[in-house]
Amino acid sequence: MAAAESYPDDLKYHREHDWARIDGDEAVLGITWFAQDALGELVHFEAPSTGSNVKAGSSYGEVESVKAVSDVIAPLSGEVLEVNQAAVDAPETVNEDPYGSGWLIRIRLADPGEVDALLDLDAYKQVLAEQ
Amino acid sequence: MSTTLLRTPLYDRHVALGARLVPFAGWEMPVQYEGVIPEHRAVRADAGVFDVSHMGELEVEGPRALDLLQSLLSSDVAQVEPGHARYTLLTNERGGIVDDLIAYRVDRFRWLLVVNASNRDTDHAWLKEHEISGSDVRDVSDEYALLAVQGPHAIEKLGFGPAPWNTFAEERIDGVECMVNRTGYTGEDGCEILCMAEDAAQLWDGVLARGVTPCGLGARDTLRLEACLALHGNDITPDTDAISAGLGWTCALDKEFTGADELRRIKAEGPARKLVPFVMEDRAIPRHGMAIDGGGDVTSGTHSPTLDVGIGMGYVPSERAGVDTELQIDVRGKARRARIVKRPFYKKGEG
Repeated sequence: MAAAESYPDDLKYHREHDWARIDGDEAVLGITWFAQDALGELVHFEAPSTGSNVKAGSSYGEVESVKAVSDVIAPLSGEVLEVNQAAVDAPETVNEDPYGSGWLIRIRLADPGEVDALLDLDAYKQVLAEQ
Repeated sequence: MSTTLLRTPLYDRHVALGARLVPFAGWEMPVQYEGVIPEHRAVRADAGVFDVSHMGELEVEGPRALDLLQSLLSSDVAQVEPGHARYTLLTNERGGIVDDLIAYRVDRFRWLLVVNASNRDTDHAWLKEHEISGSDVRDVSDEYALLAVQGPHAIEKLGFGPAPWNTFAEERIDGVECMVNRTGYTGEDGCEILCMAEDAAQLWDGVLARGVTPCGLGARDTLRLEACLALHGNDITPDTDAISAGLGWTCALDKEFTGADELRRIKAEGPARKLVPFVMEDRAIPRHGMAIDGGGDVTSGTHSPTLDVGIGMGYVPSERAGVDTELQIDVRGKARRARIVKRPFYKKGEG
């Protein structure tokens, strides 16, 4: 059962429909309501391995629904500390709760300065208006 | 320059239901309403309805209609009595598959062929080209709408009694006269209902009012793949012969029809490649076009909502086509393991 449309105002956003929750020198990453709605019910999350590095603007994995595959774009660079096993085992969790239990990975930030380049909620809403 | 997409008589109904519409074979069709997975489950457990009015209907009529169809279709259609239907192939000289279709014998001298939307014009031209005196071929697609109502409760919800598969009869639903065919493309019980195009909305409303779930082309694909039913354009094409495709059972090889010689030769020698169903053993979803190790390729693939695993069909060299053979599928650069299984993936009643 997919979540109702929402975009929390305490998150940072990337125009490829990804979000980041900053927590000191770490960040939790995921995809936005818009992304999960466009894909439909997810059936697969191809996650990076812990210890690997993700680069801002590059793909760090894939999410797949019955009809489509999509790269997940990293909004920030860093080392993968943890992969959300719930998203791997039950990908529909991402549809149900894209900002909570449907988080994808947690990273240690390589360059906290990159956060400044991310969009706040108002700027992301502009992106949505353009879709 | 964009081509205008065609719309079935039910387009407004799909929009009103909030369907996601996509181009398919030149038509603007609903791929999903609530979602592919819930719609798939509705058909497996209960009853779903698909608008398949984009499909083509070709009428073949006349004292020599049977002769024409016998020479062009793979099955021995002389055996098909009025009120009965047959799944069959339109073949070319190489034994390849121009289209797969269902031929309905309406009466002694009149047949209705229900063909794939993408092949409607090709099939019509093919039949017209071979028309013989005493047989008349007409494309009547625009006169009709077609709804597929499928699922274990489909017949009961429509208020019909049981009838043998591959037969059809005239019925009325909410005042709409229709031809109810006991056929389907999902692996479930159910029927496909033909009515006049102008009655389509009334029929659709009547079916929905009886508690049937609207389902889109997304679920139609996951359902047919679980049942190991071929999709023309993916699994079968004019370049794939009927024997390699595992459709030799539709071919009356003791009859003369287009490509019969070639099919007899392929059957006698054994085909070089065979279409096989497989399940993924690694977590991955196979997709059309992916390479299979040893010289094969995936022709259809998806996530199976019933089995909760990736499933697919593809051609592999015949020596590797045995059940339980391990395959490697190249899924976007990574080799993922799969295993050939016995068809079908899913049998009704086992979900």
